[in-house]
Amino acid sequence: MKIPTDVKYTKNDEWVRIEGDTATIGISDFAQDALNDIVYLELPDVGAAIEQGKAFGVVESVKAASDLYMPIGGTVTEVNKPLVDEPETINTDPYGKGWMIKIKVKNAAEADSLMDSAAYEAFCADR
Amino acid sequence: MSKKNKKPTATLPADATNGAATTVVESPTEPAVEVPPAASSTDATLPAKAPAPQVLEPLIYDLGSPGRVGVLLPALDVPEADLPKDLLRGDLDLPEVSELQVVRHFVKLSQLNFAIDKGFYPLGSCTMKYNPKLNEDTARLPGFAHLHPLTDDEGAQGALALMHQLQGWLGEISGFRHVSIAPAAGAQGEFAGILMIRKYHLERGDTKRTKILIPNSAHGTNPATVTMAGFTAVELPADVDGNVDLEALRAACDDTVAGMMITVPNTLGLFEAHILEVIQLVHDCGGLMYMDGANMNALMGVVKPGELGFDVMHYNLHKTFSTPHGGGGPGSGPVGVNEKLAPYLPGPIAAIIEEAATPEDAPLYGLVMPEKSIGRLKAFHGNFGMHVRAYTYIRIHGASGIQNITRHAVLNANYIRVNLQGEYTIPHNRYCGHEFVLEGHWEDVPDIHALDISKRLMDYGFHPPTNYFPLIVPEALMIEPTETEDKATLDTFISAMKQIAAEAKSDPDLLRTAPRTAPVTRLDEKRAAKELVLCCRPIPEWAE
Ligand SMILES: Cc1ncc(COP(=O)(O)O)c(C=O)c1O
Repeated sequence: MKIPTDVKYTKNDEWVRIEGDTATIGISDFAQDALNDIVYLELPDVGAAIEQGKAFGVVESVKAASDLYMPIGGTVTEVNKPLVDEPETINTDPYGKGWMIKIKVKNAAEADSLMDSAAYEAFCADR
Repeated sequence: MSKKNKKPTATLPADATNGAATTVVESPTEPAVEVPPAASSTDATLPAKAPAPQVLEPLIYDLGSPGRVGVLLPALDVPEADLPKDLLRGDLDLPEVSELQVVRHFVKLSQLNFAIDKGFYPLGSCTMKYNPKLNEDTARLPGFAHLHPLTDDEGAQGALALMHQLQGWLGEISGFRHVSIAPAAGAQGEFAGILMIRKYHLERGDTKRTKILIPNSAHGTNPATVTMAGFTAVELPADVDGNVDLEALRAACDDTVAGMMITVPNTLGLFEAHILEVIQLVHDCGGLMYMDGANMNALMGVVKPGELGFDVMHYNLHKTFSTPHGGGGPGSGPVGVNEKLAPYLPGPIAAIIEEAATPEDAPLYGLVMPEKSIGRLKAFHGNFGMHVRAYTYIRIHGASGIQNITRHAVLNANYIRVNLQGEYTIPHNRYCGHEFVLEGHWEDVPDIHALDISKRLMDYGFHPPTNYFPLIVPEALMIEPTETEDKATLDTFISAMKQIAAEAKSDPDLLRTAPRTAPVTRLDEKRAAKELVLCCRPIPEWAE
């Protein structure tokens, strides 16, 4: 299972890559594996301001439908449109082409509550 | 990401009649299991990986021929009247078939289908028990079957008496004095219950309570209900034993909590070991307790939720009380409540309007609406045909029979659990209720999933267990045998499950390519979800 070190993780299995005041958000390899074949994705519109912990979208697989939650709060600046048409990319490349949204970060300190790769690895091993 | 439960994956059942080339393994200690042969890749009967599925039975539209009719109408004995021209349509796409074609068509479809009348159906959380044929006899009594729903109360005394008695029995079984049998399904019972809780708080001027607590093992209808009723669902984690995490519950309990919805035994099939403490904690913060009674088949005659301290619960007549579950039922989801919520019950409710004058007389029954009712949920009186069936079931079994149902349901589930614990990982492996959950995967065969095991079970003639629910168990397979299966059937099932576990290691392709004996082989679930084709015919112009 891939757990890259350049992103941070939530207990709900989203990842966030923070670069300056922008952040890229997706779901982890663990999440895509648990979900199985992903068939549907719903993402917010550019401009939506969403708080940390609030839902920003829905992902649906042949097994289950799941809400997606913001690892940190901010305003959506970019949405991965091609991914909505081909959500199976999340299964093959969750941290790369499978990114979902980019946001302008509202409060960088919110990231302190997230897990680094070591903590997330331990968290996943426990489940 | 928080997961919302989907309906348990429904998989196409096996055709038990297609057993032509099976071998039978039999030994004195091992029960007999029909083992379909391991088809090699050269097997001529193997379906090719063709994109177009073979047609097992044509659509009824493709069966007839122009002008064919199924009925002969008598000669007109009244003056012919012209229908308004603009209502006459020649372009309606209707099947033109004979009566015999219709009968054969639907009989064939029913034979392709799998049903409890055909084989073992351990679909967890659904209580697929045998539906006694006597239920059908009573539901078809002309006095019940032909009663018009608008008949006035005087003309419907028998039906009202039955509804009244059923309310009473359900109340007795659950320990709730007040019952409404109006809701049309479990989910509608939930909705009624949560609306009652809402109204209860609002009537007391308590407007702060916006949250309902729900354990993470809950059925998807629970958070959906809560959201529909205008509340926020707050998910509670489970502890290591599969119970609600009491610390998390304590932390969540405050004056914004309207109540808690909990399934007992929970969807892992486990009785909440500290249920009394859970109820106390929620009551202490001013919330009410809702019990999802979908799993009453593990409690009936043994535990009364009303006596545990719950305020409201729903029953699923189509699970616990043997009314039909397949093909849409229809369902029936009565709700029972204590004194606090009685004024809010959905109506109409059957009641005695006038006591009998003498013991020989019958009382006068009627329909009432509770004073502060949340209102109607359904036209007329709920799904009355289901009331007749559930009444029949309770009447036949009586108090001790009801208790025996529970005991045997729990015994059967534990029997399978203990027999499979060597071959499968069973999380929280302790005494279960009427069902249990195992993990459908093995570390040494990483690419075999619960779904593959389910599909392979179809080759052995069994309906698969519920897949991927509850979501807190990886690769969940939820097994609920019910009390209506005998030991021989359970043994055959156990044997099949063990053989599948062995096959997974020796010949995993058998699982991956299953089912082979079912009318339809492995479905492309990804394509089915992505390329939705919901119409079997081109949409006619007039409907566009
Ligand atoms: C635990 C649980 N709660 C609620 C429901 C909803 O009941 P219904 O399908 O009758 O709406 C189900 C149904 O499967 C269930 O298993």
